[in-house]
Amino acid sequence: MDLVSAWVAAFLTLAIYSFLYKDNPLYRFAESLFVGLSLGYEIGIVLHRTIIPNLFQKLAADPGRNWYLVIGGVLGIMLYLRYVQRVSFLGRWALAVYMGYFVGVELMQRLHGDVLPQVKDTMLPLLPLSLASVQNLLVLVGVLSVLVYFYFSRPHTGILRPVSRLGIWFIMVCFGASFGYTVMARISLLVGRLTFLVDDWVRPTLAAILG
Amino acid sequence: MGSMTVGWWDKARVFVPWLSRRCSAVHRAARAASVLFGGALLMLCVSATPCMSDLAGASADSAIALVTLSGMETTATPSRFFREERLNALLLFTFFAGAILAYIGLAKKGAPLFIRKIAGLDAVDEAVGRATEMGRKVLYIPGIMSVDNIQTVASMSILGYVAERTAAYGTQLEVPNKDPLVLATAREVVKEAYMKAGRPDYFQEDMVNYVTYDQFAYTAAIQGLMTREKPATNFLIGSFYAESLIMAEAGNAAGAIQVAGTAELAQLPFFVVACDYTLIGEELYAASAYLSREPLILGSIKGQDLVKAALIVLIVVGMVLSSLGIGEFADFFTQE
Repeated sequence: MDLVSAWVAAFLTLAIYSFLYKDNPLYRFAESLFVGLSLGYEIGIVLHRTIIPNLFQKLAADPGRNWYLVIGGVLGIMLYLRYVQRVSFLGRWALAVYMGYFVGVELMQRLHGDVLPQVKDTMLPLLPLSLASVQNLLVLVGVLSVLVYFYFSRPHTGILRPVSRLGIWFIMVCFGASFGYTVMARISLLVGRLTFLVDDWVRPTLAAILG
Repeated sequence: MGSMTVGWWDKARVFVPWLSRRCSAVHRAARAASVLFGGALLMLCVSATPCMSDLAGASADSAIALVTLSGMETTATPSRFFREERLNALLLFTFFAGAILAYIGLAKKGAPLFIRKIAGLDAVDEAVGRATEMGRKVLYIPGIMSVDNIQTVASMSILGYVAERTAAYGTQLEVPNKDPLVLATAREVVKEAYMKAGRPDYFQEDMVNYVTYDQFAYTAAIQGLMTREKPATNFLIGSFYAESLIMAEAGNAAGAIQVAGTAELAQLPFFVVACDYTLIGEELYAASAYLSREPLILGSIKGQDLVKAALIVLIVVGMVLSSLGIGEFADFFTQE
């Protein structure tokens, strides 16, 4: 049974990789299967892991304590009202609540997680002069020039021009480092897939054939 | 029965504008209340002590309710109502919100607010024009995250502009989605853009369609679509993750002109190398303000610029004080 599932997985893996040559019926089959299966699977996941346990079961178990869950349920149903022309505007209200809530939550998360720590970590001492001072100066110049690049209220002319150009150089250096790092991570994913093909498909198949 | 329904509906249609007129008074009252609340909160900043256990219980319960609503798991930890160590975040938030609200007010009054032009924006018209000349479609990918992501919200503004252009030129537009809520939002945005352009007859619901919720199944479908239908222009604007390079490469191989925009640092390099124009980070938000000229977005960008200028000053002051051995100023920005 393991060998059968390995064959199915290997076939689908190779079908997807066949796109590297060109678009072909095998790729289209794997693509359609992937899209259809994933959609059906996600519906099952949302129903059985979110809606039923977090809404229906909790409401049925203790409606007095969990009454507020009705608000979420009603907002969810309101999203579907967009298909009823007369009350379609109610769908927008539900979307507005959803967006407003998350924007508020994310704003504070960004303040705590990104802005404040980065501001503090840039306030580095330049004295006494040492190798660390040079590094601190580099961090300071990098942060300030990138901030100037992303300043939209003034045209990049005069003194802002060279500073913003320095900022874009810092950004590009950062992109280069990030590019290399991510490509290495992708190669490790490829290695993982090739290892699967060799260890879980080719070797067991050869072992089964050769006894 | 039918006439009864119509009667109820007619009453509702009269009631809503009446309520709306009354709401302006309510709105003024709410603003006054929010000012009072803000004042009270600031007074708390000065005088709050950690012995507000009653309020702490109420605030923790509210937080649990909201978090559970959003479908997240959380563990309830007893907390104080006011944490002095978070005063830095409160002050920055107050300044941030105040700056944005002030600029939104100015924008609404029609004050001329300048935002410099962003290089990649010229490419939007150019790219739609190219698709029109070639008689092929424009493909708009709004990223893979939901509408709770700020990048997706910005992407919706740019989608509105692109849809207006395609409506004006009579160019075919397709917006495949991964997230159901983005599907609903994008459909509203495109529909409104077509109506604004005076071409509601060109709008079809299928233009904004749903693919699947799985990241890589969605990617495979987009890759196939780009290869088979060969859209002349691809917009990849929003929040992207590991699929960014796969999509950008497929579009590049299909010979499309590509305009990308994201604030995901790890994905930006891929867009820079594989797309013709890239909106980098915050340019994405500024682009939506520049294109839409909406007072809300414009005021928000101007407010953020003011905060950035303030942060530059704070950082320089902090660096000078740290160099002089006065570390207390930098410590104020420490998180607990």
